Amino acid sequence: MQVFGKTRDNLWTLIAAPVIWGCHFLVGYFLAAFRCAPNADPFKNIGSTRGAIAIVTIVSLALIMLVLRRAWREWRTDGGGFRNNQDTPEARERFLEFSTLLLAGFSFAAVVFETMPILLIEDCR
Amino acid sequence: MSKGPGEPDQEDGEVRRGQEERLREVWAAPKGWRYWSAVNNTEVGVWYTAASFAFMLFAGVLALMMRVQLAAPENDFLSATFYNQVFTLHGTAMMFLFAVPIFEAVAIILLPQMLGARDLPFPRLSAFGFWCFVIGGVFVCGSIFFGAAPDAGWFMYPPLTTNEQYTPGYGPDIWLLGLSFIEVASIAAAVELIVGTLKCRPPGMRLNLMPLYAWYVLVVAGMILFAFPPLIAGDILFELERMFDWPFFDPSRGGDPILWQHLFWIFGHPEVYIVFLPAIALVAMIVPTFAQRPILGYSWIVLAAVGTGFISFGLWVHHMYTTGLPSISVGFFSAASEAVAIPTGVQIFVFLATLLTGRVIYSVPMLFVSGALANFVIGGLTGVMVALAPFDWQAHDTYFVVAHLHYVLIGGMLFPLAAGIYYYWPIVGGRLLSEKLGRVAFWLMFVGFNAAFLPMHYSGLAGMPRRVWTYPEALGVGTANLVSSIGAFVFAVGFLVIVWDVLRPRGDAPYAERNPWSAGTLEWLANMPGENWGVRSVPIVTSRYPIWEQPNFIDDVDKGRFYLPDAEEMKRETLVTSVLDGEPLQCLRVPGPSFMPMIAAIFLGAVFIFATFHWWAATIASMVLSTLSIIVWLWRGTAQTPEKAEKDVGLGLRLPFYKSGPHSIGWWAMCITMIGDATAFAGLIFGYYYFFTIHADFPPPVTAGPGTLWPNVALVLFAVAWAEAILARLSNRAGRVGMARALIAGGAVMSLGASAALLWGPFVSGLDPTVHVYPATVWVLAIWTAAHGVVGSLMLSYCLARSFAGQMTPEHDIDLSNVALYWHFMGATALFTTGTLVLFPMLA
Repeated sequence: MQVFGKTRDNLWTLIAAPVIWGCHFLVGYFLAAFRCAPNADPFKNIGSTRGAIAIVTIVSLALIMLVLRRAWREWRTDGGGFRNNQDTPEARERFLEFSTLLLAGFSFAAVVFETMPILLIEDCR
Repeated sequence: MSKGPGEPDQEDGEVRRGQEERLREVWAAPKGWRYWSAVNNTEVGVWYTAASFAFMLFAGVLALMMRVQLAAPENDFLSATFYNQVFTLHGTAMMFLFAVPIFEAVAIILLPQMLGARDLPFPRLSAFGFWCFVIGGVFVCGSIFFGAAPDAGWFMYPPLTTNEQYTPGYGPDIWLLGLSFIEVASIAAAVELIVGTLKCRPPGMRLNLMPLYAWYVLVVAGMILFAFPPLIAGDILFELERMFDWPFFDPSRGGDPILWQHLFWIFGHPEVYIVFLPAIALVAMIVPTFAQRPILGYSWIVLAAVGTGFISFGLWVHHMYTTGLPSISVGFFSAASEAVAIPTGVQIFVFLATLLTGRVIYSVPMLFVSGALANFVIGGLTGVMVALAPFDWQAHDTYFVVAHLHYVLIGGMLFPLAAGIYYYWPIVGGRLLSEKLGRVAFWLMFVGFNAAFLPMHYSGLAGMPRRVWTYPEALGVGTANLVSSIGAFVFAVGFLVIVWDVLRPRGDAPYAERNPWSAGTLEWLANMPGENWGVRSVPIVTSRYPIWEQPNFIDDVDKGRFYLPDAEEMKRETLVTSVLDGEPLQCLRVPGPSFMPMIAAIFLGAVFIFATFHWWAATIASMVLSTLSIIVWLWRGTAQTPEKAEKDVGLGLRLPFYKSGPHSIGWWAMCITMIGDATAFAGLIFGYYYFFTIHADFPPPVTAGPGTLWPNVALVLFAVAWAEAILARLSNRAGRVGMARALIAGGAVMSLGASAALLWGPFVSGLDPTVHVYPATVWVLAIWTAAHGVVGSLMLSYCLARSFAGQMTPEHDIDLSNVALYWHFMGATALFTTGTLVLFPMLA
């Protein structure tokens, strides 16, 4: 929905970034479980699984960056104010944009956290 | 305030008195024995809170019994068997009967007040939830008096609990069925609170002006919707294994006990945050009042609440580090467990910053808030320690973890709640609690708590395991345990001081002055003592702290200068507004007192209780009766056609009474309920794919599947019924009532046929669910979907009856709109079931 050339923020745009985190988490968990849960060869290198998770991470981070960029630009266009307690649709937009920005930043950090195990762990042990 | 033409003159005292009399009569609680038919939030919320605290005190007594037993090495105050029941019930009752319900209870009292609403949108649903909770809670707790309580820990790990040899009797069944029943109450509350927060805010309360408590309620209710259903799915699998020997958790027949741990902790970890966030929400309301300034960093709190809500779903495996999962999986959960410290820390810094920049009044609620922050931070830091797998491997199942979880729960939940009791008691009881007793209670609790739980860190690191009824003297933890036991009693005395302060007779002590803490938010509009109507008129809100920032606000509300100052038709009414900006959309008629929620809860409770003891005839009879009572409740109380289309709600605004489809709150409730239902279904599907990942060949090549013919027949019939439900809604809306009735009837029949076909598949191919986990999983998915098909058929039949009775017309079609929405979910369920049962084996 476009309002004054901008996206009209709502609760769905607010949670977009943490939802991407959730998908990344689930896919990463599933890929690791799919590879390792049968416990067939715990010492075998799992480079392909780690690579697949890395790709999912890059895609997720890119998507979160898109959310973050949109929120940042619209918030800056709005003047980038921190005050958002007025009784106007603009204040509501500003609040949602800034909160989306914060959640996107946090989700980005969480996805990075989530990916660190693949840098260290080489097999299914 | 502008006055519309022909409107009452709110400046005339006589007019106002008449309005007040009508409002008072309409919202009055029933008298005499009919009092128990009350559904208003002012009654149900208080009962709910009182019942939660009663269970808490019961579980507290169990804790003290444990502490007596553990005060000295090799003590024999309790037998080992009884000790097992005591600690199991302590954990179970504290979590399921206190920590979660108290959130629902307090929110039912406070949320409408904070939103300037007369009541929540579904008061009878709240009452139903309350009765389910009380019946289930008494059933579970009562079992200990017959020596039949569950005794295998609050998480009920199989195979200990699935095997009759190890856990004879009904203990685990009481746990599974009693608590499944209570989960119904939690999901009911979640629906009520989400719709309440999104749709029943006062005009003008945009998302950016919502009280922080409401943000937390929204997040927590959303979490309940995704956290509780997996446990319900787990309970179903578990009970099928215990009752009918379906081997979901039995490795000798392809099952896996770890699946239960996954399903339990997918619920169990978010639950910690479901408990913690609402308590912190109270802090978010208390801190600005006593710092005498608006909260600093409102957006940061929203980040914290929403961020924690999400990340808390990625932590569950940190309860399972020692189960031998691959370390890469453990790594993911460890990372998420560390990440959750970020939003949790953010809100603590926001509170500290607000306090540092304000002029703080140190009153009793602030004292409890300070104690909460101190204790919770300690629990949080040990939490970061046990989130690291290598440390956890050492500390797992020791008293270190007991210390950690009590610092988190008591620091993060009980202390804020005590602050909330002192802060909000005037809204419930009309009087302030004693400042002096409050300080005594706080110091007893704070010192007692730390004396009880700080030494447990040491006991645990010294090697004392959890859940063990005694320990040898040589372990060297005797002194630490004695200190813990003394501390526990001091803590209990502190809590009893609060109980005494709340319950003590006050004679004719004066009521508190209005808004006794000079707070800024809407709940403090309450009169002392309170009125059942909630707010005198539904205000227009233009600020986060209207009482502080909107001039002449209390007087305008009191003089009825806002919306709905009257109840001229003698009906209970509140406003429905839009999600983003709180624009008034509808004048909602709210149902009044009724015994039907209680009756429905009793019959539904009977289903679960009779099933526990395998009294199948009585179970089925209760099932029929509970279905009938729910139908009677719905028929007489929902989707009522109003006597006129719209009314003047004040200030020249005319709003409709009746809205259907996505504009009706019933549609929202159906949508939210079905999201919960879909999550439970996802839990069962997770089971199927979980077995696929742990087995090299799943489905096993030797076993026949459900075939392809009958599941596909079922899918086609479900699709036809789905289409008929949608077409029926469209035809009815277009005025082609005869056509709509034919389609509804067709859909109802098709749906029954589809359910039968789905069950017929595994039946004719001779799938025996006790042989291996694969046939058991197929059966459970087929039964789930078929049962939903039967419910879908029943719903369509209900619409048909409503249509013939003239209750459902082309203009008034809430019933059919909501049932059509159910059918979208039903259709998707059928699609996933058939896809999993038929398509997936082909691909795999």
